[in-house]
Amino acid sequence: MNMNTTDPYAGERLKLSPFYPRQEVLNIRNAWAAWNGYKFAECYYDAEYEYFCVRNTCATYDICPMQKYEIEGPDAEAMLNRMVTRDVTKIKLNRVAYCVWCTDDGRMIDDGTIFKLGNDKFMLTCGSPCNAWLEKSAFGYDSVSVTDVTEALAALSLQGPTSCAALKNMGLDGIDTAKPFDIMRFPFHGDTLMVSRTGFTGDLGYELWIPSALALELWDELYAAGEDYGIQPFGEAATNMTRLEAAFIMPGMEFNEALKTAHFKHDQTPFELNLGWLVDFDKPHFNGRSALLQEKLRGPTYTLAKLDIEGNKPAEGSYIYKNKRCTQEIGYVTSAMWSPAVKANIALAMIKTEHVDGELWAEIYYEKELRHYSRVAQCTRKQKPFWIPERARATPPPDY
Amino acid sequence: MNNYDAIVIGAGHNGLTNAAYLAKAGLKVVLLEKNDYIGGASCTQEFHDGWKYSSYSYVCSMMRQAIHRDLDLARHGLLIVPYLGTVNFGDTDERFFSYHDEEAAHLELKRHSPRDADAMHRFQADLTRYAHLIRKTLMRTPPDPTSFRPRDIRELLFLAKQFWAMGEKEIYEYVRFFTISAAEFLDDYFETDLVKAAMASAGIIGTALGVYSPGSSYILLHHVMGDVDGSIGAWGLPRGGMGAISDSLAGALQQHGGELRTSAGVQKVLVKNRKAVGVVLENGDEIRARIVVSNLDAKRTFTRIMDKNDLPEGIYEKASNFKIRGSSGKVNIALSGMPKFTGLPDNRYINQGGLTFTGSLETMERAYDCWKHGRFSDNPFNEAVIPSAWDPTVAPPGQHWMSNFVQYCPPELDTGQWTPEDRDAFGQAVIDKIARYSPGFKDLIVHVDVRTPFDMQEEIGLTEGNIFQGELTIDQLLFNRPFPGYAQYRMPVRNLYMCGSSTHPGGGVSSVCGANAAREILMDLRRTNTVPEDDFYDE
Repeated sequence: MNMNTTDPYAGERLKLSPFYPRQEVLNIRNAWAAWNGYKFAECYYDAEYEYFCVRNTCATYDICPMQKYEIEGPDAEAMLNRMVTRDVTKIKLNRVAYCVWCTDDGRMIDDGTIFKLGNDKFMLTCGSPCNAWLEKSAFGYDSVSVTDVTEALAALSLQGPTSCAALKNMGLDGIDTAKPFDIMRFPFHGDTLMVSRTGFTGDLGYELWIPSALALELWDELYAAGEDYGIQPFGEAATNMTRLEAAFIMPGMEFNEALKTAHFKHDQTPFELNLGWLVDFDKPHFNGRSALLQEKLRGPTYTLAKLDIEGNKPAEGSYIYKNKRCTQEIGYVTSAMWSPAVKANIALAMIKTEHVDGELWAEIYYEKELRHYSRVAQCTRKQKPFWIPERARATPPPDY
Repeated sequence: MNNYDAIVIGAGHNGLTNAAYLAKAGLKVVLLEKNDYIGGASCTQEFHDGWKYSSYSYVCSMMRQAIHRDLDLARHGLLIVPYLGTVNFGDTDERFFSYHDEEAAHLELKRHSPRDADAMHRFQADLTRYAHLIRKTLMRTPPDPTSFRPRDIRELLFLAKQFWAMGEKEIYEYVRFFTISAAEFLDDYFETDLVKAAMASAGIIGTALGVYSPGSSYILLHHVMGDVDGSIGAWGLPRGGMGAISDSLAGALQQHGGELRTSAGVQKVLVKNRKAVGVVLENGDEIRARIVVSNLDAKRTFTRIMDKNDLPEGIYEKASNFKIRGSSGKVNIALSGMPKFTGLPDNRYINQGGLTFTGSLETMERAYDCWKHGRFSDNPFNEAVIPSAWDPTVAPPGQHWMSNFVQYCPPELDTGQWTPEDRDAFGQAVIDKIARYSPGFKDLIVHVDVRTPFDMQEEIGLTEGNIFQGELTIDQLLFNRPFPGYAQYRMPVRNLYMCGSSTHPGGGVSSVCGANAAREILMDLRRTNTVPEDDFYDE
């Protein structure tokens, strides 16, 4: 934190990540954005270059600003099970599970991951702060403590085909035996480095968790080990490209967090986002259960669809129509890009469920040399993520 | 004896593309390759443990995205990674950096000449305009200007419309552009010799012309009209080397049921009643088919695998005189570490991309003079790339390989045919030149692989080692390629087609010739067209 009292703007400046001293040197474009109050790189050198490092070599993404909560005590499991829609009792020790949690109305508050660190010890991570909701969720459970460890625990995501080889080169023996969503621990400078085989890019990748005081040591050792494996930091822009290819949802893009939504039903349900598989009606009561059960029986109003669109102009902000003449509007694009790896014009779109399997047309606007143009392009719905390399699931993973 | 709908001769990238599209249309296709590996000049070869060279062709920009997408080459393993930044080495300690970032690139030019920095904007706008025009002709069959068939007239009108859309002044400029030299073209914009030399290098690559030779200006355009994901002029490295392109095309071919036979060289195209009816293999086997497609160059097709008596009058002579002079060699060097060069900052974004040993315009012209006299230069122009700095799959971690594309190098020496000693001396001249800029370079060398134009002719069948299957001069472009009257992929013998770089739009790993030829073949066979239209970034 910048606490220099001679700086009159200190109160307005962004917090700095424990990795900032290294990032500052490498961000030669000075392309900074913000995430949860942290100064956060939009890109370091070139967004597309960084994207290709994720798909071709390996690259790191700073997840320090991501919220991390330690939830501990005999009631921890029951409390989390009451809060999220997935059955937490099914998560095995040293495993990670992707979860969502909802309001009583079944509207999605956020998504995140639950790490089962011990029988009574979990870590919950998510994109936005949720202290207040966790406190509410813990109501009635006597033996559970919730600790925000966001600042104490630094985290770095290492993603890409050479990520396992780089970690092996760093001396993490046995890391190649970690299966997707496994957690492993390694001694590191008298403390413990936790590594989970998780990520947000759809590719082979790991997330490294270390006490903040050792953040720079981790960075330096990883970058030394990764040098011959093409390691490069990547920012928000490349993250957004890779997660879209993997068809992962992003808050503020695919869904509007329910607790921040003012307009009626401008938030989403898990079913609308194709996350019905995360809702377990067989487990004990959880938040939003009856509303979600109704939603399941009735079917969601909208359905998130993966689209392959003709032409190569990204359909950013486009409406989706039922007909080429664009007279019957049936949905809207939430994220769109030209995918260099897949060589396709891809998008995620919310489409009225009754029309999602019919004809789909996007009206795309673009600009060239200050003149605006539009084109109507046919969309094909895809069932699988756009990018699903075998190496992302292989154990042991290949070296490149 | 097997019966096929189509036989395609030569599994270079265009043969693979052609066969894939014919197979996709439901034809029974066999693709015949004389070597025991596929890809022709677009191949990856491992000669030294753990080092995988793109032995011949080494970078990619012209591969049409529409084909990449349509044949789903990504699913067949193709990933093209753009590389950023280029360093141009002057004759002495002058360096010119082409930074990826626009602002940085401008400041660097300004360091050399504020005038050149400003002129670059006009240069790029002009070149982009020319590139847009020529790009529109790529995936179209050139019209026959003497024909009155509706399709030819329609295509001629299309061309005329594109020309008129540029405005009257630009039409004059464009015609001039096609006929002048790269150096003259650059004189209109720049004053710094190293900057001009850097830009002019694209005007001579693969061509037996010098930077001052008329016609080299178009070659420059040919090298910047490609793109990687819409970024015109960008170049990329296929992950896994150039062989990844061929492998992915072979994947598409096989997915559509096409057959691929290696070690199956064709000795002769069989002609009956002035129609191609099949081929005889070098082992004597005969294969029959409704049509035969040659991916060999025009000279090789008509003078090597066809009987002169099967050809209409004059064709043999046209093919013999087809301008297909080899001018370049390739030196692939395995290195135990990343070489360090004098006068370069320790900036991995810039010093591991393209390393172009241009010298000055004068140096490049002197190297060309050597070629005219049947010698290789001891101070050659060398376009180098270190693919292993970008691609983790082509060399062991921490070790590297350097691709050196070297001009000029003649197909035959003044002393006669290339000998092993000549080849070593050529490789040594290149290494010596690099070492002048990188003092510790020689200590890093693990393995060297030298390819002369003669090697290219003997191994991958490019006559005289011309990488474009025929020079890209205006007399051999568009409706003149390969010969006037035969630019629409149909050859003088019925049911015989050509699909290689000897046809429109010419050389480069673009897949376009193969795709265009497939479209014409399917039209003749009254099959539904499977070849996509070009996919532009709305130019």
